[in-house]
Amino acid sequence: MKITMALEIQKIREDFPILNRKVNGSNLVYLDNAATSQTPNAVINSIKEYYQQYNANIHRGVHSLSQEATDAYEQARKKVQAFFNAKKDYEIIFTTGATESINLVASSFTTLVKPGDEILITHMEHHSNIVPWQMLCERTGATLVILPIDKNGELQIDKLDQYLSAKTKLVAVTHISNGLGVINPIKEIIEKAHEVNAAVLVDGAQACSHIKPDVQALDVDFYVASAHKMCGPTGVGVLYGKEEWLHKLPPYQGGGEMIKEVTFDKTTYADLPHKFEAGTPNISGGIAFGAAIDYLEKIGYHAIAKQEEALLTLATNELKKIEGLKIYGDVANKTSLVSFNIEGLHPYDIGTILDQMGIAVRTGHHCNQPIMAFFDIPGTVRASFAFYNTIEEVEALVNAVEKAKNMLS
Amino acid sequence: MTIKEIQEEIIEEFEMFGDWTDRYEHIIELGKTLPLIKEEEKRDDLLIKGCQSRVWLKSDYKDGKIVLTSDSDAIITKGIIAILIRVFSNQTPEDIVNSDMDFIDAIGLKEHLSPTRANGLVSMMNQIKMYAIAYQAQHN
Repeated sequence: MKITMALEIQKIREDFPILNRKVNGSNLVYLDNAATSQTPNAVINSIKEYYQQYNANIHRGVHSLSQEATDAYEQARKKVQAFFNAKKDYEIIFTTGATESINLVASSFTTLVKPGDEILITHMEHHSNIVPWQMLCERTGATLVILPIDKNGELQIDKLDQYLSAKTKLVAVTHISNGLGVINPIKEIIEKAHEVNAAVLVDGAQACSHIKPDVQALDVDFYVASAHKMCGPTGVGVLYGKEEWLHKLPPYQGGGEMIKEVTFDKTTYADLPHKFEAGTPNISGGIAFGAAIDYLEKIGYHAIAKQEEALLTLATNELKKIEGLKIYGDVANKTSLVSFNIEGLHPYDIGTILDQMGIAVRTGHHCNQPIMAFFDIPGTVRASFAFYNTIEEVEALVNAVEKAKNMLS
Repeated sequence: MTIKEIQEEIIEEFEMFGDWTDRYEHIIELGKTLPLIKEEEKRDDLLIKGCQSRVWLKSDYKDGKIVLTSDSDAIITKGIIAILIRVFSNQTPEDIVNSDMDFIDAIGLKEHLSPTRANGLVSMMNQIKMYAIAYQAQHN
């Protein structure tokens, strides 16, 4: 089997100093990218530069430093807008991450949802795309409805029409499952949801390091992402919302920045995007988010996809050769992530031994307890690959899993 | 043997091992010596919280000493709890309450002492101490 490398991997890895470190005496093999990606020097330097050269509060100052910081922050917003192909820059709301973005929409939807209404989510959602909707339903008396998955870990899309009705106010669905790697047919889901006048929120936290979603082409109402999953820093993310929706929704958090006029009799709110950006934001984080997008665009999503596909193919084929190993979400349309178990062994045991060999994978429920309950397993071992991982690292993973199996059997 | 003597015995055992493979193979072997809790006794209220795997820990009181039995669905966890039970089972509540966990560091399992670690070693230790405190209060 010929594996074609689309990228000059070694050169790219030099951008990530952390990839050179050792763990427990072995070279780090970082295969937990679905949890968080590593951060290249370009992004680290953008944060350093901000604090060293132009740190100032934004949007409010007259002095030059404040203007520089504001320009940089708003330029980052434009980069995010371009990344998602949003029509307007004020449709991009900076948040602390995908989780806050979802909570923002769920909270603001409180006045739009009444008893008897339905919120549709799926069985494969991350807890961050389950709990805010459970809370919304508790607040409003609405019902949470769950679209099921099948034994392969894919959504039962053929049943979608049965789960949508005039009662459905919003559909919340993940673009790519963090626990299984499965890619969902969100365009189809959005079309069907719109037929019943339901809004759609897509959780893109796992998707944006692998694909560039075009929010206009998708016609999605809300799309959320986190910078730290796409080579950016932690503590910053985005909510894309269609202009009409963002005007309709009441503010989420109150405070400075999101106001027009404040008196004790009445306060009026700012226009978009500031209406949803209360307080001083993670300024360096937003700027670094822009730098991360620049970095990824320079590498090119096409090249990233080719590299990740090669890694996924090798990992899947080689891991399947191990007797007793089962891969969950082993489907055609998936991202570079392998979630597996070995019969008779607990994923925690395998993860612990892999860690001793410097291999970082994740074990457990991956914030997908409903998926684990569906498969009746305590959790899985999850190896997730990024464009800076190598063929050698995949081979090291496979060898390590074999060694772990031998030690534990 | 006293708790301290057993801890020193275990430290000596682990000193024989050069690398992590030998250490973990030994932990896996020790797991096979774990005094097992009976299947029908595996109730949810005996589960240790904070473990990624399921760990049941039961204590009984016999002739002034605490007797511990346990089980887990993860092999390495079984080994770790087997080490703890070897040290702390068949000891008086007072001796358990007054003991320390330094030997875990000495046998190269220091990383397992972090409260954020998903193996719940800290939780297991706290549970054993809580049993000891409870029995101490009951029988004083």
